[in-house]
Amino acid sequence: MHAIVGTIPREHFPLAPGEVGLMDNELCIGGNRVPVNRGTPALLAAAIKAGELLGLPAPYGYVVGDIGHGDGSRRLYEYLTLHLPQSDFESITLHYLLPDVNWHNRVLAKLDEAVRRPRLIADAGFMYAAKMSGKSLQYDLFTPDIGELAFLADEEAPHPFYTRGFILHEESRVPDLISRAYAHNNAARHLLVKGEKDYIANEKGIQAIIDQPVEDAMEAIGGTGDTLTGIVASLISTGMEIIEAASIAARTNRLAGYYAKPTPATQVIEVVNHIPRALEEVLGENERRAPWQELSQGESA
Amino acid sequence: MAFFDVFKRRHGESSAGRATGDRGLLIFENTSEVIRAERVLKARGWEIRVMGPPPEIRSGCDLVIEIPLIEELNILRSLQEAGVLPKDVVPVTSPLLKPVDLFKVKELDGYLMVRAANMKLTVDKETSTIVNISGGGCPDVPYLAQQMVGKTLMEAPSPREIGHTLCGYALQLAYEEATRRCTQ
Repeated sequence: MHAIVGTIPREHFPLAPGEVGLMDNELCIGGNRVPVNRGTPALLAAAIKAGELLGLPAPYGYVVGDIGHGDGSRRLYEYLTLHLPQSDFESITLHYLLPDVNWHNRVLAKLDEAVRRPRLIADAGFMYAAKMSGKSLQYDLFTPDIGELAFLADEEAPHPFYTRGFILHEESRVPDLISRAYAHNNAARHLLVKGEKDYIANEKGIQAIIDQPVEDAMEAIGGTGDTLTGIVASLISTGMEIIEAASIAARTNRLAGYYAKPTPATQVIEVVNHIPRALEEVLGENERRAPWQELSQGESA
Repeated sequence: MAFFDVFKRRHGESSAGRATGDRGLLIFENTSEVIRAERVLKARGWEIRVMGPPPEIRSGCDLVIEIPLIEELNILRSLQEAGVLPKDVVPVTSPLLKPVDLFKVKELDGYLMVRAANMKLTVDKETSTIVNISGGGCPDVPYLAQQMVGKTLMEAPSPREIGHTLCGYALQLAYEEATRRCTQ
């Protein structure tokens, strides 16, 4: 089983740990229903859809309401420090929480006491706190977009808002930004960089580039990065190697976007609903693919 | 915190030998208070800047307000009247981080996408309707999107009014740039 940690954009949404379901395009969490827009609800919905195809149990959600005050995030941080030591998850994905480096460090310390050390994926606010803590290498995967990659590459920035101007957020600079992030120990053991092209990297450099199919409108749609993180979280929880999981997830997310025939006004739930079809197709291609074809068909390194 | 407690603490630290210049920092409990205080001070014409805090007082999602120290008393009085006093005032002792001030703008089939730092806001150019908000990692981003998407730039609440974090602040910059371009 895998766990997903994050926030729901409702001020008084209760701290509701438990299995999360999806019904009629809404998440079902402890008797509450939540629309799937962007953020953690989009990540959860994508993980559920991918998990259904993979035959996984529903993900375990640790979620709480927070509209930015940070009170919900702090309650959730505290809850995690009390309950994670008794947990036994294959992987944990940590997502939209108010970045707080002190709470981050306490949660990370408690994870070492868990029944088994889960594989750790961080995105959004939790990734910001992880980078600021200087403990990025304790994570198995970060999933930044290019703006966030520039922040990881800037050893002085405590938040993407302060990334220095000379560290340009440009697609052509991605290889340099990845090298710089690793040079300062500010990247996880693997990176899945989301953008016009998706880059999969580790400290040895870029391992794969996924660039097909292309839908320009996807960049504008809020939540398409969250869906990619949700898909890769489900794949990793099957025990799959991270580079392979990231590659399959990137191709699936792109294909789901393609099937949604998106415009810049498309909402992310339309992409989520195409994930099972896209994932089935990508897994089928993977099985048919001979080893010498590994870097063809929109994938290169 | 009482008005004179803030005032006394600042002077206590100065006399303890910390380097002082002509600039000071207002430190607040959270980013929403910074945004409120900025609005109050700018409306009253103070020369202030919202900046990143020095490393010794950073916790993760922070902003501070840089002020001319010579005006500290008057500035604190303005903030007291508005009910948004800082928890502390300290002199500037090290270089501050400068918020991002570069925008990237992309045209997409009748839509305009404006990016500031890690936040993107997309607007239908014909109707000025906000059709999508993406990027960011702080918990007010999904909330801001919920409140703003589907409304025109004029109708939507501004992130400065309802946002609470640095991502919300970055979205405010994108929102201002989109508004500027759509009203040109």
